[in-house]
Amino acid sequence: MIGNFPYLVVGILFVMGFIGLVFERNLMKIAIAMSVVEAATNLFIITLGYRSGGSIPVWTMAGGGSSRMVLPTPQALTLTAIVIGLATTALMLSFVMMIYRHYGSLDVRDVRRLRG
Amino acid sequence: MNWQDHLPALLLAVPLFGAFLAPLTTLGGKGLRNAWFIFVSSVFTLIAFLLWVRVGATGPAIYVMGGQGWNLALPSGLSIPVRILMEVDAFSAFMVLLSAVAALAGAIFSVNYMERFSGVEKFVALYFLMVTGMFGMEITGDFFNFFVFLEISSVASFGLVAFWRDRGEALEAAFKYMLVSTLGAMMVLVAVAFLYSRYNVVNMAALGKVIEWGMVEKTALVLFLTALAMKCGAVPMHMWMPDAYAEAPAGVTCALIAVSQASLYGLFRVCFTIYGSFMGSPMIPWVIIVLGVLSMFIGVSMAVIQKEVGRLIAYHSVSQVGYMLLGFGVGLLALGDARAMADYGFTALKGGVFHIVNYTMYKGLLFLAAGALYYATGSRNLNEMGGLARQLPKTMVLFMIAAAAIAGLPPFNGFVSKLLIYESSFAVHPILAVFAMVTSVLTLASFVKIFQTAFLGPELKKFKDVREVPGSMLAGMTVLACAILVLSLFPTWSLNHLVEPAAKALVDQASYIGAVFAAAATGGGL
Repeated sequence: MIGNFPYLVVGILFVMGFIGLVFERNLMKIAIAMSVVEAATNLFIITLGYRSGGSIPVWTMAGGGSSRMVLPTPQALTLTAIVIGLATTALMLSFVMMIYRHYGSLDVRDVRRLRG
Repeated sequence: MNWQDHLPALLLAVPLFGAFLAPLTTLGGKGLRNAWFIFVSSVFTLIAFLLWVRVGATGPAIYVMGGQGWNLALPSGLSIPVRILMEVDAFSAFMVLLSAVAALAGAIFSVNYMERFSGVEKFVALYFLMVTGMFGMEITGDFFNFFVFLEISSVASFGLVAFWRDRGEALEAAFKYMLVSTLGAMMVLVAVAFLYSRYNVVNMAALGKVIEWGMVEKTALVLFLTALAMKCGAVPMHMWMPDAYAEAPAGVTCALIAVSQASLYGLFRVCFTIYGSFMGSPMIPWVIIVLGVLSMFIGVSMAVIQKEVGRLIAYHSVSQVGYMLLGFGVGLLALGDARAMADYGFTALKGGVFHIVNYTMYKGLLFLAAGALYYATGSRNLNEMGGLARQLPKTMVLFMIAAAAIAGLPPFNGFVSKLLIYESSFAVHPILAVFAMVTSVLTLASFVKIFQTAFLGPELKKFKDVREVPGSMLAGMTVLACAILVLSLFPTWSLNHLVEPAAKALVDQASYIGAVFAAAATGGGL
């Protein structure tokens, strides 16, 4: 049971981010919610690769260290996902900035020239 | 070693190289940059064509990135492929070919279309990045790379949708598209993680081989389905589509259509290749069919009432995606049952596959024609247009070809694929065929509306000085018009050589999986 605790936390984080995306009205807060979703996803993958008591997954010629390691693939995946997340967040924030310049507001109710 | 073995890698390398060199070519002036834009687009189209020919002749092509050998799919001592694999079967090759043609047409069109604006070298770079991502999604044999390429094409297309950032609407559309797209990508990643947690592989063929039917797999399937249906613009998450398609520069929209088809490709790859053996229960196929019917109907009924040319055509995209979902859903329904497959399932799949290529060609042409109207008149509003047939005769002819094709008038290609879908969905339930036909009638109605308001009627004084659009725009549209005409005039040839191998590859789960493991056996001799 206690072993599943991290998954519970990650799940709650994901749902919190999702709720923020759907219900927040401020574009900045929407961007934050998106980052929360990204962080939850990354944490989820890292958690999947964790083995209790495992060491870093590096083999050296010198030997030593524990033979029990955490899984390396999820870490490689997460690293890629973090970089992509960074790019998306940066682009999203610059969109928010430019939308503010055009509309003079960050409220989604004001940013709706496109409809129908 | 045959250089053609490296076609899958070249397909990604050429547009990527083109993207990073594009800002440099602008040092040589406008001419060099435009030449680079066209040259790289032509090269990747040629590569796509060669790849399609090769896959048609020799079966699925495997390519390993970063291994000791390009075909060493399984390192010695391991029973699962852990390499970065590209796998191109007939369906992938088909998708790559049609995406390349759409991207080429968009590129040729953009040369003159974008010349009034500054920063076009960035436009070119983003355009090629988007194309790289799109090709990557279509040829990768690995789920994590699928996610990476999905994000490459998405991030590049956010930038392109917002390219006219002096318009608030473009930014608003890009932001909306970005939220839907990023959330979708995250859901794909979570689904990949679920499958990885269970099987320790992210390779598609290896997953398809070992997968079982349990709670984790069901969750992953639902996540994939939701995310990719969102990305390809099915109802109820279609609202980003009209905004993004209408606000992006026309050449980009033409390529964006191909990008959304790449998401559709991902959806079918997941359903057919990975989960193919569990589709005995009708639940998932019916979900896809219902999504398809809803998209068809809601999309077209929203389209009829639009006043802006771009938005009207974009709402039709929603309804056309519905046709494909309907065709593939019916095919999926018949997947477990050999008799139903022979009876109507394969016809439905052929209809769906044929509709993908038809849709990409005529919808691309329609958006380019809408872009040409905007370029010539400076207006997007149908109520302000009229009598343009006098000033834009060539654009009118090209628009007419596309409109006839999308409305499904015989002998155009839209008629053939729609007929295949009607026939097969009728066998499942008549009401599906009724919905499809009503949608087709409404489609015709709305294109008659555009044609009549924009091109016919008395000459308007303010459009007296409007001149025919420049050569490159006409050339871009002509590429797609030629493709439509070939598909229309030789339907038997296109069905036998283009569509049927792709549909067969989709059904044949074993050959996709077998190709990787066979490559492991032959590649081991290095």
